[in-house]
Amino acid sequence: MSNIESHTIAYVRGTMIPEQDPPITETGAIKWLRENLFSGWFNTLLTILSLLIIWWSVAAIGPWLWNMVWNAGSLRECREILAGAEGACFAVINDRWHQLLFGFYPPALYWRPVLALILLFVALAPVLFPDLPRKLLWFSAVYPFVAYHLLWGGSVWLPIVALLGFVAGYVAWRLIHRMSPLASVFAAVIVPVLWWVILAAPLNSFLYSGLPWGLDFVRSDRFGGFLISLVIGITGISISLPLGILLALGRQSDMVFVKSVCVVFIEFIRGVPLITLLFTASLLLNYFLPPGTSFDLILRVIIMVTLFAAAYMAEVIRGGLAALPRGQYEAADALGLDYWKAQRLIIMPQALKISIPGIVNTFIGLFKDTTLVVFIGLLDPIGLSNAIRASTDWQGVYWELFIFIGLLFFVFCFGISRYSMYLERRLKTDHK
Amino acid sequence: MTDLQIDHGIDRKIDTSQMKVTSEVAIQITDMNKWFGAFHVLRDINMTVNRGERIVICGPSGSGKSTLIRCINRLEEHQAGQIIVDGTELTSDLKNIDKVRSEVGMVFQHFNLFPHLTILENCTLAPIWVRKVPKKEADEIAMHFLEKVKIPEQALKYPGQLSGGQQQRVAIARSLCMRPRIMLFDEPTSALDPEMIKEVLDTMIQLAEEGMTMICVTHEMGFAQAVANRVIFMDQGQIVEQNEPREFFNNPRSDRTKLFLSQILGH
Ligand SMILES: Nc1ncnc2c1ncn2[C@@H]1O[C@H](COP(=O)(O)OP(=O)(O)O)[C@@H](O)[C@H]1O
Ligand SMILES: [Mg+2]
Repeated sequence: MSNIESHTIAYVRGTMIPEQDPPITETGAIKWLRENLFSGWFNTLLTILSLLIIWWSVAAIGPWLWNMVWNAGSLRECREILAGAEGACFAVINDRWHQLLFGFYPPALYWRPVLALILLFVALAPVLFPDLPRKLLWFSAVYPFVAYHLLWGGSVWLPIVALLGFVAGYVAWRLIHRMSPLASVFAAVIVPVLWWVILAAPLNSFLYSGLPWGLDFVRSDRFGGFLISLVIGITGISISLPLGILLALGRQSDMVFVKSVCVVFIEFIRGVPLITLLFTASLLLNYFLPPGTSFDLILRVIIMVTLFAAAYMAEVIRGGLAALPRGQYEAADALGLDYWKAQRLIIMPQALKISIPGIVNTFIGLFKDTTLVVFIGLLDPIGLSNAIRASTDWQGVYWELFIFIGLLFFVFCFGISRYSMYLERRLKTDHK
Repeated sequence: MTDLQIDHGIDRKIDTSQMKVTSEVAIQITDMNKWFGAFHVLRDINMTVNRGERIVICGPSGSGKSTLIRCINRLEEHQAGQIIVDGTELTSDLKNIDKVRSEVGMVFQHFNLFPHLTILENCTLAPIWVRKVPKKEADEIAMHFLEKVKIPEQALKYPGQLSGGQQQRVAIARSLCMRPRIMLFDEPTSALDPEMIKEVLDTMIQLAEEGMTMICVTHEMGFAQAVANRVIFMDQGQIVEQNEPREFFNNPRSDRTKLFLSQILGH
């Protein structure tokens, strides 16, 4: 204390100091290099090591890529063109890209999957970007049926009758909801199922016999390549999210029966490898289904992949739900919102937002796991690369095919990942 | 004890012209008991609230104050006795519960605003989805009440951008948008910094002046003195003492009340 008091405290500045440039070591590229690459001996060592690794990789792969050949009829021709030099033979892609993309889908009908893909973007747009007019969502709702017809063709009535099943479910829900909200939920599930199982097939054949409209039918075993990955992946992604939400809610439910069904389902699926489920889909389901029903293999695989992803999704979303403070539920209750409205307007928007990284992980995992269908004989891109290699022309081509397939998957997964980052930024309202 | 410390400077003159206690019963609680598992948290609660009353509930922490008012809008379920709100008895009938909840507003200690919605959306959500008010009209109602709590200019911000006091005023406005006939407050100021308490209390006083039926769990004794027509003291899940504020503070009868008051008023 006495120390301070012994000084004079009063002080007045005589001249003001003008603004000055920072020292040269604190600006521009030099500063960046110093701070990011050469701060301390350990960092410097790592930098040098990384540079060496990059150099070796470029030296190894560079010439191979540099000499790549795009126009040749077979690997042998490639080798002749290269005349002994190292070089990638991307001619195989040039020759077989349509197979890698479409499998054995009839080439004259390629426009159908392509159109389905273009329409997919139209259908996704209003879902992904909330600024677009909400009316577009109607197209998104109908899209699965349009896409089904474009891809498989056959009777135009089949998707329409299937769509009517949902309408029937909605009508049942509306009619019963006034009387008993719980019963209406069951009706909304049971009515469509009954519709599809009992009414759909006869109604379809009746309508088709009267008005035989529709595109040419393409059998499922003609599907292959990236087309099959996309069909399985996108269907799986778009169904596993809502299903996962329902499972997560069911797991939290007070209704003992609902809760135990959800817990058993989730734990069972998570405890079993996907490949086992796929084998089940391809072999066992034949035993369980009534004899004579031929249940499309792709459809079976889609169901299994979806259930698998949904179980993971449920756990991811449960994590998000657990992160919400109780007060959010209480405030929603206190305002008089019923369970479903509270879930839809208050709880889910926040829980899903918290879970975005986990959800995206599951999506990407699901999409990449579609390559496992090669083990049950479906010709996904990996399966086709085997088939292509089995031809005498392209025996021995590995890297070029895998690079191409890898790139396709990368573009898709990277797209999902970037979108999720955009979404997280957009939904950020906490201003931390 | 006569010179009560008037907390957080309720410095304005209170306009009592609209504060009228009527003979109409708003809430009737008879022989109500509640347990959490084996823990008997509320014991033989009997309480009648008439329309226009402003009741302050106080008592030590854990005495069951929150649980009591949460029973009134069924955030908690009681196991014995009867609670009738505006003529509707609270049973497991969901319709009754929804009816009561849409007539009773509640303000929480931690505001519980919806962080993913703007202030305006927080206020219009329930009117639109529960009362089915058209969006435009709901916006107007919301702006009306946001003006009332003096933050219309924040309408398009998110809760995370507001101070605690502002958030609590939004929470009050959000409740008011449902046009409740009864308001419940559960320690609305105890999560706030001292300099923000006043703005929230001012808003509550304003509500009282307009004749709102209110039940406030609070330890703001200045507020109780200025606004309440009845103070209820709870301990160990029971109503130990109730009286009009002047008598309650100047002349507490039970020893528990005396002890509590001496602790809270710092004597
Ligand atoms: N959900 C609950 N489950 C079990 N015990 C609870 C629960 N909520 C509150 N309690 C207990 O009930 C008692 C009364 O709680 P509360 O009504 O919050 O008291 P107050 O608001 O007066 O501080 C406390 O002992 C508390 O621990
Ligand atoms: Mg409390």
